[in-house]
Amino acid sequence: MGLSTISPTLLVASLMIAATPILLAALGELVVERAGVLNLGVEGMMITGAICGFAAAVGTGSPALGFVAAAASGAALALVFGFLTQILLSNQVATGLALTLFGLGLSSLLGQGYSGIRPPPTARFDFGPLSDLPFVGRVVFGHDWIVYLSLALTALIWWFLTRSRAGLTLRAVGENHEAAHALGMKVVAIRLCAIAFGGACAGLGGAYLSLVRVPQWTEGMTAGAGWIALAIVVFASWRAWGVLVGAYLFGGVTVLQLNLQAAGVAFPVEYLSMSPYLVTIAVLVLMSARSGRRALGAPACLGKPFHASQ
Amino acid sequence: MYRRVLLSATAALALTGGFAAAQDEPTKVGFVFVGPIGDGGWTYEHNQARLAVEEEYGDAVETVFQESVPEGADAERVLTQMALSGADLIFTTSFGYMDPTINVAQRFPDVKFEHATGYKTAPNVSTYSARFYEGRAVQGLIAGRMTESNRIGYIASFPIPEVVRGINASYLAAKAVNPDVQFNVVWAFTWFDPAKEADAAQALIDQGADVILQHTDSTAPQAAAAEAGDVITFGQASDMAEYAPMPRVSSIIDNWAPYYIERVGDVMDGSWESQQVWYGIDEGMVKIGEISDAVPDDVREEAMALRDAISAGETHPFTGPINRQDGTEWLAEGETADDETLLGMDFYVEGLSGEIPN
Repeated sequence: MGLSTISPTLLVASLMIAATPILLAALGELVVERAGVLNLGVEGMMITGAICGFAAAVGTGSPALGFVAAAASGAALALVFGFLTQILLSNQVATGLALTLFGLGLSSLLGQGYSGIRPPPTARFDFGPLSDLPFVGRVVFGHDWIVYLSLALTALIWWFLTRSRAGLTLRAVGENHEAAHALGMKVVAIRLCAIAFGGACAGLGGAYLSLVRVPQWTEGMTAGAGWIALAIVVFASWRAWGVLVGAYLFGGVTVLQLNLQAAGVAFPVEYLSMSPYLVTIAVLVLMSARSGRRALGAPACLGKPFHASQ
Repeated sequence: MYRRVLLSATAALALTGGFAAAQDEPTKVGFVFVGPIGDGGWTYEHNQARLAVEEEYGDAVETVFQESVPEGADAERVLTQMALSGADLIFTTSFGYMDPTINVAQRFPDVKFEHATGYKTAPNVSTYSARFYEGRAVQGLIAGRMTESNRIGYIASFPIPEVVRGINASYLAAKAVNPDVQFNVVWAFTWFDPAKEADAAQALIDQGADVILQHTDSTAPQAAAAEAGDVITFGQASDMAEYAPMPRVSSIIDNWAPYYIERVGDVMDGSWESQQVWYGIDEGMVKIGEISDAVPDDVREEAMALRDAISAGETHPFTGPINRQDGTEWLAEGETADDETLLGMDFYVEGLSGEIPN
């Protein structure tokens, strides 16, 4: 036994699968936070997406419809949050936490009849002979379409936030909502759109857990993934590629520590188990050491309520 | 105005409460669960037993439960809350609730507590556990016979005696029928995290394990094995029959209902006393789930014979000669392990590789 039993190909492939749910959820939250809204309900939206996607996939036999339903349910739940915080001006932190609790309860209610059922399999994307190549065949061309979607989404969000006019508007709303309002931007409407998008992404991430990664429905199956997604957004200092790095790093360390254990490498398990969190803390310290909040890249209006009368 | 309404409402509640108490008040039984009741494993079975208590006593009993309670300080808060709200008997169903249970029990001497799988008792705290290792031995035998790669993956939760005992018992039984067998143990440090359990199973399968044993509570490893195709698993704590006949070829089922019904009855008629019970296959607290068709007939019969021999007391899963991992002698030829050593087991037997985390 030893390191030789670990196949790098399988390791990287399973790393990508392990990272995809948090990547999707974190991308959604990134857009929400860039618009100046702090939605702590990611966990609740993920798990609601997990059960709604699972139920839809089992009901229709189509994983694709399952993912659509998951995105829709995540967005719907997020809009409840949006209505409460943007229209009724409730506290974002408290409402977000409530959304998590509500999502966990709602999902276990909806999931009553679904434990022990196997969902229809999500097929790997068929690249023909490319999939038979050594290493890259499995790592680059051997995944299901959601993995590619998550990567495409990363690029798209990067482009949207840094290269498009709409992205500039969204960031303006997040940086200074009063100035944006004075310029005639519809702050609340833009934020509601961002919140719905964030919910849809979280729902997709949840459905990836219940339809591909685990694949089954179990109550409470997200087990904190939503919170990790929130941490990754900070870790990435609110940048799309940073989110990708953070999610893959986190997924990578998680998978690596299990593989090292399975290979019988004599290394204390406790250190491996805590390593993803240690890395997160270390990066946060390094980044904040640069120079305050600005270097971190946090949107200036993050979590602040806005009303046009102000 | 509001305050007055509130006060009179409270007074009315107190009055009706008092009135109800004067009448025949149902015995209130609390349950504290470590996972969700829909986990399909450990907590699911405890909840089934709770429902059996309700069925048995009907209106004479009222049960309350709280699920997914973290082990540690939160448990103490939950327990205090339950005791304050009038519970007569509280079942705390995970090892990590041991100290919180003892602490809260000191403050509520009139409330009875039943703590699962621990070893600390008090005048109002009993412990109960099942000899899961008896079932583990049967699993180990099937695993040793069925493996082709001779690599058996084991997803362990926390390094506590119960888990270490399970690893040792299944290893010894597997080794007895297949000397080449090798165990790879992965510590997940969680009772319930489907994604992590699935990843652990995947890591073991990627490295050539074709049998996965689990000591975590969800069915995620079963799903990972089903995906891999030629890997077998065993249901943990619950039958997990939805994964039969493959990958789940058998299971250990925890059957708590008879014990819970008995102890609630004891509280009702006032005969409850602190005790320590450790029941096995013989008493029916540990059951072996049906061995599926994926297992050849001769292996099935061998496994059944081992189960019956353990049940009858003819065989003990820990019978010497057994050495500890470092090569020192633990049990001499023909000697069987005593319960005290088993309850505090913190060492691997010879042949297992790796270290138990502290």
